Amino acid sequence: MYDTPLTEADVSTEDAKILARNVQVHYGTTHAIKDVSVAIGDKAVTAFIGPSGCGKSTFLRCLNRMNDTIDACRVRGTILLDGDDIYHRRVDPVQLRARVGMVFQKPNPFPKSVYDNVAYGPRIHGLANSRADLDRIVEKSLRRAALWEEVKDRLSAPGTGLSGGQQQRLCIARAVATEPEVLLMDEPCSALDPIATAQIEDLIYELRDRFSVVIVTHSMQQAARISQKTAFFHLGHLVEFGETGQIFTNPQDPRTESYITGRIG
Amino acid sequence: MTGLAAPTPAPTPSPRPGRAALLAADPRTRKRNAAERRFRFCGVMAISIGLLFLVVLLAAIVSKGAGAFRQTFIALEVELREDTLDKNGNRAPEDIAKASTFAYAPLLGDALLAAIRDNGITTELQTRKEIKPLLSASAAAQVRDFVIANPERIGETVAFSVLAASRVDGYLKGRVSRDSVARSKNMDARHLDLIDALRDAGVVEKRFNPAFITGTDASEARPEQAGIGAAMLGSFFMMLVVLLLSLPIGVAASIYLEEFAPRNRLTDFIEINIANLAAVPSIVFGILGLAVFIRFAHLPQSAPLVGGLTLALMTLPTIVISTRASLTAVPPSIRDAALALGASKMQAVFHHTLPLAMPGILTGAIIGLAQALGETAPLLLIGMVGFIASTHPDGLASGFLDPNSAMPAQIYEWAKRADPAYYERAWGGIILLMLFLAAMNITAILLRRRFERRW
Repeated sequence: MYDTPLTEADVSTEDAKILARNVQVHYGTTHAIKDVSVAIGDKAVTAFIGPSGCGKSTFLRCLNRMNDTIDACRVRGTILLDGDDIYHRRVDPVQLRARVGMVFQKPNPFPKSVYDNVAYGPRIHGLANSRADLDRIVEKSLRRAALWEEVKDRLSAPGTGLSGGQQQRLCIARAVATEPEVLLMDEPCSALDPIATAQIEDLIYELRDRFSVVIVTHSMQQAARISQKTAFFHLGHLVEFGETGQIFTNPQDPRTESYITGRIG
Repeated sequence: MTGLAAPTPAPTPSPRPGRAALLAADPRTRKRNAAERRFRFCGVMAISIGLLFLVVLLAAIVSKGAGAFRQTFIALEVELREDTLDKNGNRAPEDIAKASTFAYAPLLGDALLAAIRDNGITTELQTRKEIKPLLSASAAAQVRDFVIANPERIGETVAFSVLAASRVDGYLKGRVSRDSVARSKNMDARHLDLIDALRDAGVVEKRFNPAFITGTDASEARPEQAGIGAAMLGSFFMMLVVLLLSLPIGVAASIYLEEFAPRNRLTDFIEINIANLAAVPSIVFGILGLAVFIRFAHLPQSAPLVGGLTLALMTLPTIVISTRASLTAVPPSIRDAALALGASKMQAVFHHTLPLAMPGILTGAIIGLAQALGETAPLLLIGMVGFIASTHPDGLASGFLDPNSAMPAQIYEWAKRADPAYYERAWGGIILLMLFLAAMNITAILLRRRFERRW
């Protein structure tokens, strides 16, 4: 599978940050994820692509147990984060989510100030000892999200008053403020214009140095631009997983080829 | 509406066969526009009729009730004669208290006769007995209260402004006419002439009567003395109980049901029951309160505590329903955002969902309270119609367990009484009740604005 590595192939499956084995997800009677096994590397961007309803978002939400909030959803199989089973009954999802952050499809800032949006995570996890400490974390997070220069003069303005792209970067700043190890992004650019999308993509490219980023995207160009590894989902199956360059230039599975050439999906 | 009845103009030749010209509306468009105009007309009519009813209602209430806030008073110079009020002359409080209101009546009668004489009014009514119907029975009590409080003034002549009898008040307000007086035993046309003369002389005058707002209920015979103050106090204590019970319980129950409880048959059953409870007639809550709080728990009758408990039961479903509606209205993305940051469920609810739902919760709570404030039927069943004729500092009607009445119950009591003077007071009470309701609704609007304006 790895005979034609075309992009920067600095990720090895051995030092996997998240290891999923035989994951099955049922929504009531619907079998949404069928036996998915995948290894997500540390300090790299992994993209999940596939047609609508293929289960990529569902699988992403398994990684920080956001599916727990859905009553009808049942998850089987094992998902290991640094070797620990995140679905073990002694694992508190609250602790897990502090380590696995998430950015949603639609920007969803809290109806609070820019500052309070970013400071919320550090506050509830007790990451700051003093006001100055918190200020520092907020500034660092906003800088990482490439938003600091735009909002430094209006930190007390409502976060909901920013533009769509700024709101999404605020959500990213909010997610990185809790110092997660993994950042899950569920189609973070689908509600944004091309310029804002480019900004977010640059950002993801930089975030890769510190976090393991998993991104669900509808845009194959985006996956090709920013990810090192790509997983193609189809009808609940993980059809193909490999180096991004190889997936896009030399897919092994005919379904992958059909999808990336635009014949299905 | 008339435009569409106009004859259709001759069809202009269209540029393309089979298509109407853009400048002339085709019959189909005209028909559709006519339907729209008709609908708009109906809407305007509906609103106008509603407004008309509102105006008529308000006008009726104000015109009938405004009189209750003004009362006729008689200005008298009363000589507090020592030989009647303090026969021993030692100003001992117990001796002064021995003189009953019967001892004061002649003093008042003399003072009124003196006022008639001094103003040069000629009337056939020359004796105390003949002019007695002009004075309220409460006047003697008023002077006696003054003397007991100021025994050193005995022997002096003191100026009083005492209540006139309700007939006098009724005559000046047009409620009592010469025709109706003709059928009366203790008043006749001579009295009315005297009242006219006294009014012209400035002895009898109508003015604002604060005692109607602060005072207590009075017996059937002296409507001029009755006030709604004690009932207002009772309503206030009841509302306090309702607020303290139904708001925390209702909000806690809704948060649990909406955010934490699993969806199963039991919670569905509870939900249906809460919705049904909101539609239960209030008198059912009254009989429940009677059975549970008074017959079973042996709480005192007529106590604001019991009234508050009963009304809290009635208000709970309203608060639960409005709270749940406002919690549901908070976008789930906010909850997701908080949970994804590692907030616990409770943190997500209390830091994000609840503050956003607050305007709706408060509006629902205040509307529930306003509903409870105006509720009468359950109060009748638990006896919240106590007859309180002594004022608040005397220890009655001053707490949660003292017998009391409530504003709507007091209004009902007054409306029930035969004397038309009480009818006027019932309308006056309704004005006050409406003012309270309006104030509560305005508070609800202001709170809503305040909480919403933050973003």
